[in-house]
Amino acid sequence: MTEINLTIDGRQVKAKAGTTVLDAARREGIDIPTLCHHEKLEAFGGCRLCMVEVESRGWTSYVVSCLYPVAQDIVVRTRSEKVDRIRKVLVEELMAHAPDAPELVRLAEEYGADRNRFKREASFCVLCGLCVRYCNEVKQKNAVSFFDNGSVRQISFVPEVARNECWDCQECFAICPTSYAQAAYLLTEALAFPGQRKTAIRAAKAAAKPRVIIPIMPVPMTT
Amino acid sequence: MPKFQSAAELQNFRAELLGARDPARPCIAVCAGAACDGLDSAAVAAAFLAEVDRQQLGNKVGVRTTGCHGYCEKGPNVVVTPGDICYFEVSPVDVPEIIAATLKGEVVERLVYKDPATGAKALHMQEVPFYKHQTRLLIGDNPKLDPMKIDDYLALGGYAALVKALTTMSPEQVLAEVKKANLRGRGGGGFPAGLKWETTRNAPEKTKYVIVNGHEGESAAFMDRAMLTGNPHKVLEGLIIGAYAIGAQKGFMYTRHDMPLLEKHVRNALAQAAEYGLLGKNILGSGFDFECELHFDVGIFVSGESSALMRSIEGNVPEPRPKYIRTSVSGIWDKPSNLNNVETWANVPQIIEKGADWFTSIGSEKSKGTKLVSLSGHVVNSGIVEVPMGTPLRTLVFDIGGGVRDGKTLKAIHFGGAMGGSIPADLIDAPLDFDGMSKLGAPIGAGGLLLMDEDTDMVEVARYLMDFLTKESCGKCVPCREGMAQMLQILTGITEGQGQAGDIERLQDLIEVTGVASLCALGKTSGDPLKSMFRYFKPDYEARIAGGSDPK
Repeated sequence: MTEINLTIDGRQVKAKAGTTVLDAARREGIDIPTLCHHEKLEAFGGCRLCMVEVESRGWTSYVVSCLYPVAQDIVVRTRSEKVDRIRKVLVEELMAHAPDAPELVRLAEEYGADRNRFKREASFCVLCGLCVRYCNEVKQKNAVSFFDNGSVRQISFVPEVARNECWDCQECFAICPTSYAQAAYLLTEALAFPGQRKTAIRAAKAAAKPRVIIPIMPVPMTT
Repeated sequence: MPKFQSAAELQNFRAELLGARDPARPCIAVCAGAACDGLDSAAVAAAFLAEVDRQQLGNKVGVRTTGCHGYCEKGPNVVVTPGDICYFEVSPVDVPEIIAATLKGEVVERLVYKDPATGAKALHMQEVPFYKHQTRLLIGDNPKLDPMKIDDYLALGGYAALVKALTTMSPEQVLAEVKKANLRGRGGGGFPAGLKWETTRNAPEKTKYVIVNGHEGESAAFMDRAMLTGNPHKVLEGLIIGAYAIGAQKGFMYTRHDMPLLEKHVRNALAQAAEYGLLGKNILGSGFDFECELHFDVGIFVSGESSALMRSIEGNVPEPRPKYIRTSVSGIWDKPSNLNNVETWANVPQIIEKGADWFTSIGSEKSKGTKLVSLSGHVVNSGIVEVPMGTPLRTLVFDIGGGVRDGKTLKAIHFGGAMGGSIPADLIDAPLDFDGMSKLGAPIGAGGLLLMDEDTDMVEVARYLMDFLTKESCGKCVPCREGMAQMLQILTGITEGQGQAGDIERLQDLIEVTGVASLCALGKTSGDPLKSMFRYFKPDYEARIAGGSDPK
């Protein structure tokens, strides 16, 4: 593997060709905020919070570090006035949906974002796609998916798949930055297969008890 | 049916075709373009055919349904050759009179163009003001051919450029010619097509693709569908020549799913070209193999974005691809894929046939050739126009377009659809030029020109365009999805008299972040109309915010 030399925040950094600027920075302990990034998943480039300034052959451009491949001699700045302003506005936009999500509250503090800057649209989902992609790429179940497009895009559980798969998994609940995945699942359960959870708990309790087997005599069939 | 094994066979066939056709025999061309079709030109065409049949005139006069002639405002359009006599707003009852006059070599004067001011009549196409100021290199063939008949295209010299390329030029020479012609992409960016071709050609992968982007989702743009529906073989010929230069074995035509006539014509054109041996193995005995597949969009604007389009061809959801690698190097199934717009491909045959020197003699310094423009909005003559690059907007708007409707004055000219921009009336002398218009803040885009009169509410225009884009965005990335939704909220507020102090600053922040941080061109340019509004029409916005709900 070829080794590539680049500069990140004034530091000389070596990275393997084909890796991304985000990888290189994190390996050096340089923090770049992300919301839709997950080490087990293919980079998505959706939240755009990891945007950094890259200077290459005299040109400055703004790129998302989770996708931008390292290149020889590029100069990366993970913070600048413009980068910070971009992150601030992005956080403000997301806070219109999930004003109390811990990750966003932390970022708002860091970048001076005003949680009330834009009109609220309290859907709570920030559409980072972690649940959708985790279910697809890691679990390969596709129990949750994106629906619709543009400003009305949403995530939703697919009842037919969710009723069989989700109760025993629930792994996406933990990676969701706003707890919306869990809420969306429970809503789907309530609408499409209500009571399955209780039945499951009851069944589990019943299974835990020692079972008493009462022999039943076969009943002759009548024709 | 012939399957040409060599260029000579095609040339012989063409000679036979021309020998069998009598140029003096009158032919009546009825426009079946989208606008005329909407005015029931099909009934006019049917009436002509029925009348010719009834009077048994089949050997004396021909009738042809064609693609769009251009003058949509005055449809249904009928053009009689020889002489290119133009009849406008023709209805089925006019048919016997037109046929009778045509047979006698006369003209039905009541149906020809009359100048609204002077009443002066114009009989021939080249005298009608709408056509007079145009240079119709691409769209000009539309009235002369039936798009369902490859023979019509061949009779007009079609596929001669392909013959020339395959028999007398190497792929490198074809590429060099297109580069020298400085043909710039007509889809919006104005990127030099030759450089793009070269990138794909030089990419290491052996399997390469070429694509016609016929999606044309830009609002107020309707010339590509007129080109592709009206003369599909011209686009296909360009594509085959391009594939030869690039070294691609397969092409895709990606176009609209919602236009049955377009689908019919393109499907038919591909089938006929294959039948004639112009697609398939060993084209014209040259050893060059190429096939072409037809694909349809999925009804969303962003599927016209190049990387989203390629994902769509792969069978995936048309979301733009976030990779920092060009599709010309890694596109469909990660193979080098060269995508050009319909109009760009349509320019290729003439460049090969007549040479780069001829092509560069037309147009402005940095933008060569002609440009198709669709004229609409508050204009007297809406329609499809083709003018040399560098033509002043004044010619487009006044000489060709006939000025503003209902005697009103011009307020703004909007170019480039929902991702374009508006410039004020006093910039009317600006030339139609990729770079010049971009500098003014109204990039040509695909070529949709929208005129706005004095009563236009500029806030409402921006709101309308933003509303369109929020619905068409894929919704993947935050700045595009959320930024546009917030811009729309604010603009809607202003139009409803709920504007607040700080709205303009909020909008400016959103424009900046959406423009820099969005994943694809849709998001990146979504704020452009608003940016141009703030540049030229800011007082309109300030007044609306200060004045509440009254638009004046």
